[in-house]
Amino acid sequence: MSSHHHDSPPNLSHASHRTDERNSELTRRVEKIERLLIEKGLVAKDTLDKLVDIYENDLGPMNGAKVIARAWVDADFKRRLLDDATAAIAELGFGGLQGEHLVVVENTSQVHNVVVCTLCSCYPWPVLGLPPTWYKDAAYRSRVVIDPRSVLAEFGTELDDDVEVRVWDSSAEVRYLVLPERPANTEHLTESELAELVDREAMIGVTRVTAP
Amino acid sequence: MNGIHDIGGMTSFGPVPRKGNEPVFHADWERRVFAMSNASIAFLGPVDRFRHAIERMDPVEYLTTSYYEHWLAGMETLLKELGYATEEELNSGSVTSKREADQPPPDAGMAESFIRSGMPATRGDGRLEPAFNVGDRVRARNIEIRGHTRLARYVRGKTGVITTFHGSHVFPDTAAHDLGENAQPLYTVRFEARELWGDNVERRDCVHIDLWEDYLERVDRTGGQA
Repeated sequence: MSSHHHDSPPNLSHASHRTDERNSELTRRVEKIERLLIEKGLVAKDTLDKLVDIYENDLGPMNGAKVIARAWVDADFKRRLLDDATAAIAELGFGGLQGEHLVVVENTSQVHNVVVCTLCSCYPWPVLGLPPTWYKDAAYRSRVVIDPRSVLAEFGTELDDDVEVRVWDSSAEVRYLVLPERPANTEHLTESELAELVDREAMIGVTRVTAP
Repeated sequence: MNGIHDIGGMTSFGPVPRKGNEPVFHADWERRVFAMSNASIAFLGPVDRFRHAIERMDPVEYLTTSYYEHWLAGMETLLKELGYATEEELNSGSVTSKREADQPPPDAGMAESFIRSGMPATRGDGRLEPAFNVGDRVRARNIEIRGHTRLARYVRGKTGVITTFHGSHVFPDTAAHDLGENAQPLYTVRFEARELWGDNVERRDCVHIDLWEDYLERVDRTGGQA
């Protein structure tokens, strides 16, 4: 398969093109439903506020980055992480909803891992937060299993032919996190400086981590 | 079901749309839909049922709406089907019927501990002994499935190798439909790119996907069913 998209329309109009009108319509409808559910005693407003607050402020890729940096500086932790990620990640205080069964897969010079959920958009919330739009998009979900190299190339990641690409399709309640390769010339960096190099894309596996 | 959500292996959706530093939520209604969906798990039931409600969206609508619009559609469907709200109530925002949850709504502290502890899918009862070992060659069964399933179409009938046994996990095909959790062995199965996509594929790539035991059958060394 070639890396250009001669099979696809030039200007596909999907989810990312929501109009202001549709947004206002959704705003009004969701306000009504929230009012209804609260009035029925099904949900409580401060509970909803708390849920938003946690996912907007407490959980995000900064958690996963701490896991990766720890694995880079602590060989024993890395061993535990690859052996039982749920338990090892719990040592750093992370876990819970959509991270009950975690698996960490390691990139090497010969193997590059990349994570997807083709059927919906399963994602390891406790360590990466909520997924970015592109991860939930039909283009990513459909193509990365069949044509991972061209998807990675769109993220600027070019892989040699002899590197094996392993795609992980999260079809069950197991959630995957990629352990990227530690970039060269970072021996002088502290664990927290290393964590700052690690972003969401690298832990999904669509990019590599680069030295500052 | 063979639904519009099952898109793994399609190549016609174009380049992956990327934005730089996008916010967690793009509009306030997304925040509220996310929160309401999670807070509703207590009475709307297992995540498998929620996923199935999304999968039953009109396929054209599914492809032309965003992630949290899917969640909203799934939540509305279940609120109506389980009798918690009528279409009229959803449209008006005013209570005209009475169905309420069996329990008072979870408070903020309960929601927080729910997030921290999660909802493990593993079970200590049900089918615990794995029929397959790591290294076994298996075929994802080619079977017609009505209702919810996580047996993606692109692996059906394809042969792979078991790489991991994950213990006994709740089976989505029954859990989504009130037919019991039917916990059973879950495996990661590795499929080579050539097996999945065609004999002309030469890339050294593979897909690992998690499959329940009922999705799998043993393959002997000659490729036949053992």
